[in-house]
Amino acid sequence: MDLNYLISFIYAVIVAGTPLLLATLGEIITQKAGNLNLGVEGMMYIGVASGFAVAYYTKNPIFFILAAILSGALAAFLYALLTVTLKANQTVTGLALSIFGTGFANFVGETITNTSPTRTAVLDGKLMSYFKPINIPLLSDLPILGRLLFQYNIFVYLAVLIALVTGYFLFNDIRGLNLRAVGENAAAADASGIDVFKYKYLAICFGGALSGLAGAYISVITAGGTWTANSVSGLGWISVALVIFAGWNPYKAIFGSAIFGALRVLRFYLPRQSFNLPNSLYGALPFLVTALVIIFTSIFNSKEIQQPAGCGVNYDREER
Amino acid sequence: MEKEQLNGLNAIELKGINKSFGSVVANKNIDLTVRKGEILALLGENGSGKTTLMNMLSGIYRPDSGSVFVYGQEVHIYTPQDALNLGIGMIHQHYKLVDNLSAAENIVLGTKTKKQSMSQLAKNIEQLSLHFGLNIDPNKKIYDMSVSEKQTVEIVKVLYRGAKILVLDEPTAVLTPQESKKLFAIITKMKEEGNSIIIITHKLNEVMEVSDRVSVLRKGECVATVETKKSSAEQLTELMVGRAVDLSIERPETFKSDPVLEIVRLGVRNDEGVEMLKDVNFDLRSGEILGVAGVAGSGQKELCEALAGLQKVEKGAILYYKENIVGRTPDEIIRLGISMSFVPEDRLGMGLVASMGMTDNMLLKTYKQSRGGFVKRSPARLKAKALIERLDIITPGTETPVSKLSGGNVQKVLLGREIESQPNVLITAYPVRGLDINSAYTIYDLLNEQKMKGVAILFIGEDLDVLLELCDRIMVLYDGQVQDILQADQVTKEQIGLLMTGQKPRELKEVR
Ligand SMILES: Nc1ncnc2c1ncn2[C@@H]1O[C@H](COP(=O)(O)OP(=O)(O)O)[C@@H](O)[C@H]1O
Ligand SMILES: [Mg+2]
Repeated sequence: MDLNYLISFIYAVIVAGTPLLLATLGEIITQKAGNLNLGVEGMMYIGVASGFAVAYYTKNPIFFILAAILSGALAAFLYALLTVTLKANQTVTGLALSIFGTGFANFVGETITNTSPTRTAVLDGKLMSYFKPINIPLLSDLPILGRLLFQYNIFVYLAVLIALVTGYFLFNDIRGLNLRAVGENAAAADASGIDVFKYKYLAICFGGALSGLAGAYISVITAGGTWTANSVSGLGWISVALVIFAGWNPYKAIFGSAIFGALRVLRFYLPRQSFNLPNSLYGALPFLVTALVIIFTSIFNSKEIQQPAGCGVNYDREER
Repeated sequence: MEKEQLNGLNAIELKGINKSFGSVVANKNIDLTVRKGEILALLGENGSGKTTLMNMLSGIYRPDSGSVFVYGQEVHIYTPQDALNLGIGMIHQHYKLVDNLSAAENIVLGTKTKKQSMSQLAKNIEQLSLHFGLNIDPNKKIYDMSVSEKQTVEIVKVLYRGAKILVLDEPTAVLTPQESKKLFAIITKMKEEGNSIIIITHKLNEVMEVSDRVSVLRKGECVATVETKKSSAEQLTELMVGRAVDLSIERPETFKSDPVLEIVRLGVRNDEGVEMLKDVNFDLRSGEILGVAGVAGSGQKELCEALAGLQKVEKGAILYYKENIVGRTPDEIIRLGISMSFVPEDRLGMGLVASMGMTDNMLLKTYKQSRGGFVKRSPARLKAKALIERLDIITPGTETPVSKLSGGNVQKVLLGREIESQPNVLITAYPVRGLDINSAYTIYDLLNEQKMKGVAILFIGEDLDVLLELCDRIMVLYDGQVQDILQADQVTKEQIGLLMTGQKPRELKEVR
């Protein structure tokens, strides 16, 4: 295989993996607080739609990003209100959020396209130019390395930075330790003087914000700034699987999202004549791999790599 | 003026505290005082509201009404953080530790400690431990720890937060006598340094040994507070139960048949491949109670599980009416009439499903016997009702999840269910763990009643005094081996104690 082909494969992998990484990081933090939020898919759609609508009407890149992040966080806040404060079932609430988000995006998208004279909605070119691959003089022009490291859109660098920061926060900061304690054993955390509710709310909203940001990515990068129905198409679910694959570790999530990104673009890079598999099988690959990972982790039954013990259980101080 | 000075002496004053859970009144108009530099024992039957009261001090529950004073100041404790800020630290009956974190991490959790290196932290912890004569490995994970190690972590945790008022909820229920001694040394030292300690325990000898004053709760009310020195075990029991209780245990004479169960050269390895039982031989006859004494972890659990078919037997045989039952499934063994109840150290989880009510828990053991695909709940409900009557179980109803019951009542349900199945052999481990005196005596009576019916009983216990009074014979386990089997009326506590530490019978004779 020639080198250029390999490099463009890796490039495509990173571009495909970035929204997964963002959403996964958010869900890792959420689960570390003891909440399983299955609303990732929905929150991404909400980010896509809000971001797109705001970008379409204001043409302002900052407003675009803020709208996506804040709408994701707001959706997560509703989820937190229902599960943390009102003690609703986490699974049901998350699923409802996913269904709602998908519908919301379709509604917003159709409204915009229907009111547009051309029946299509395309974002302003100037706005889009902010999200082009970066160009650092000298570095970006390096042979091989330039394309491999210095020619991505800014989201890619941002996502890796967020991964490093959340990893450091979780494993090296006392507040990260507190967060892990909340997710493992909320009663113990509470008795230690940790404000369990505050940690849960903040973690869940952070998770929603990152899902929203992943939605922004999908609007301008994956969908290229044109309104596309069903643009998230399961990325949220893959992110939930990726959380398990990464063993709730933000650092490993970087590699995990690259692998899952690879699984998504694989079908375009494998020679058709030798691997003539149906497309839907490629779509199922991430889930197949996750199933295998779950099987292996339970065989080796590591005490260190486990879902936070309190994940999915609502905490009530007076309950026993 | 005088009153103010008195207030200054009190670390804690509770006035008119009320607390209900739904229709259950857990605390009724309670007044309680703890002085500076004293150890106050809180005594009361299971379910009398001790834990509830202490949880209001530590910010887990909020009182429905009443006021709390700490060092003379009225305070409102809304969260555990509030309690910690006031210098109140509580060691809960079920430890509140994060399993997959290390001791050090659990200790700093939630504190305002500026980020410091783990080695610095470890040093601080070591200093603190040294001061109180505690032994702790800061880097060990909680899941690798024994109960007493976990308790030490809990203690260091509250000390690290600078607690001056320490609440211990049944700290000795799961400790060996030696470990309890150590704990008492620590709290006595804390007291001498001017701290105040509230300790909940059911063991009257401990109350007499360690406390300055005793407050007694009965059915949610504080019925008396007495000076320990001016009181006695009998008086305290009477205050607690509300009537005089005979503190001696009966040992009725029965006709003893041929052995029902014969254990021959039994050998068992645990999951890690360590030999837990080695060449164990004994027999068990109907109408007798055979006590098993031994330091925790001497093979008691493995013995129970092997007999119940839950543990793979490596060597030897278990003969039930001369028939080897090794290799039978637990279900077959239950149907043969061998019944096992084990109360684990944390007193949760084994044998009962916490989120189900009594009726459903009764059904767990019997549903396989019902015909057709449906389960009949009404007979089970009747049985549950009968148990509530007979064993004085305090519960709002047969359908209330057993997790809502107080610890002692849960144990009554567990043992009661085993007896309900009318077994020929009853194996029971630590049935009175953490029970109040009155409930414990109910359990002893229950066991004696079964014995007189001709049931063969294997009783694995902790309290040597009880073993000596209740059992016919006592088998001493040490390191997975049977040290000796003795007639209970012909040995002393000291002799059994020696055997438990591994001294051979021959050495014993020389001692004598
Ligand atoms: N969180 C709770 N929810 C419902 N009932 C409770 C709760 N905590 C305690 N109770 C009830 O309050 C009573 C007192 O319980 P507790 O304080 O645990 O007793 P003790 O510690 O003296 O054994 C019991 O009847 C118990 O079932
Ligand atoms: Mg209690």
